[in-house]
Amino acid sequence: MLTPGTELEPKTYHATRLDLIKYAGASGDFNVIHWNERVATSVGLPNVIAHGMYTMAQAGRYVTELAGGDPGNVLEFGVRFSAMVVVPDDDKGATIEVSGTVAEQLDENRVAIDVVARQDGTKVLSRARAVIRVQ
Amino acid sequence: MALNPEYAGRTFEPSAPYEVSRVKIAEFATAIGEQSPLCFDSEAARKAGYPDVIAPPTFAIVISSSGASKVIFDPALGLNYARVVHGEQRFEHARPLHAGDVVITRTTIEVIKPIGKHTSVTTRTEVETTAGELVCTARNTLVERGE
Repeated sequence: MLTPGTELEPKTYHATRLDLIKYAGASGDFNVIHWNERVATSVGLPNVIAHGMYTMAQAGRYVTELAGGDPGNVLEFGVRFSAMVVVPDDDKGATIEVSGTVAEQLDENRVAIDVVARQDGTKVLSRARAVIRVQ
Repeated sequence: MALNPEYAGRTFEPSAPYEVSRVKIAEFATAIGEQSPLCFDSEAARKAGYPDVIAPPTFAIVISSSGASKVIFDPALGLNYARVVHGEQRFEHARPLHAGDVVITRTTIEVIKPIGKHTSVTTRTEVETTAGELVCTARNTLVERGE
């Protein structure tokens, strides 16, 4: 099913201010730019931005699902954060669209997936690749 | 403030042991929206062949960044945290972290380099059990945005 060259169905994920606060608490990353608009704009950001790791975690959910829903089947996962995910102070927040392509069959039970995440068409994760175990 | 280039190549003392708990895995999985029963239900995890609930693939950041934060917050390195954004992140898992693991981290600053008016710092953090089993290697690039 995961044949090299196959384009995988995109999925959307969300980031609201509340999501970022939960993520800050769960991860221990309390950098003020992820929750304080006053400080974020004072250092030249357009607004509060999502933790890069929150966005990566959403892409992680995407590849976990491809790996049979078993997080233990995600053997390697790397991303480049190519743009910031700006999170407005409203109830909708930011929408992150994640898509993937089967890149390579590495051996009998390992497949490399190239992943892209976008916000409003702009790539927020690029050069992202996961190696997953397939049964 | 410019970063101190003398920090490149430096390896830091291993962190204090960190015990991976079911509660922390569940909290992290909930925060990212992961719903796999393998992160929440010990019985389901055991049926899948794991000793206990397992962590999502990016959970190691909780451990690796607490190890790396000693480095990041070292005033002698000179990093202005409010100007820091995440550049790249990578994990290689020898196996998933599971509840009950007791791990330490070893962090090395691999590269400090200017990128235009910005500066990037790449660290490598090895997460291993107190028995010496390597579980995960995390590579993290932070970018301090120039004025």
